Amino acid sequence: MSMIAVGLILIGLFFLFVAAVGVVRLPDVYTRSHAVGLTDSLGAFFVLIGLGMYHGLSTNLIRIVVVLVLLYLLNPVITHATVRAALRAGLKPWVKERP
Amino acid sequence: MIEQAFLLSILSALAALIGVYLYRVIRGPTVFDRVLGLNGISTKAILLLVVIGTVYNRVEMFVDLSTGYALLNLVAALAIAKYLEERGVVECQ
Repeated sequence: MSMIAVGLILIGLFFLFVAAVGVVRLPDVYTRSHAVGLTDSLGAFFVLIGLGMYHGLSTNLIRIVVVLVLLYLLNPVITHATVRAALRAGLKPWVKERP
Repeated sequence: MIEQAFLLSILSALAALIGVYLYRVIRGPTVFDRVLGLNGISTKAILLLVVIGTVYNRVEMFVDLSTGYALLNLVAALAIAKYLEERGVVECQ
């Protein structure tokens, strides 16, 4: 196993961990959608690219890239649909209370 | 041998992250929090399937499974979002 693949997978796990912290700690649907939609996609990108480099140049790399492209097409669509439904259902965005 | 140990540690880390998202799915104040948490869980499940395929040297089968899982998640999430948008109810404690 090449060290580049290990490093990429560890970077991806770091971003996934940051996304999990954001999902727990952020106060609102609209702010949590950033953790789920953006940071999670970046972590999945690094983990899948690392696994593809672990396999080397073969058909498995092409399959993993297909899964990656599908993930990057579907994940923003789901997040956008959920947040738009929340906005149209009348959910107010979180604001910091003024003292 | 050490490669297997590394991949198994990645598997356990992803499973722990799924547990963190499950907290948000159970405790979420609104329905939309739960839908977002399920979206994150499905992303982790796709990664988990690809890593399991790497462990067993059967990536070509597990990648197809993860593709089907992603498409199923898209259809389910869009249907739930459309339904909640039409219904217009925010609080679901």
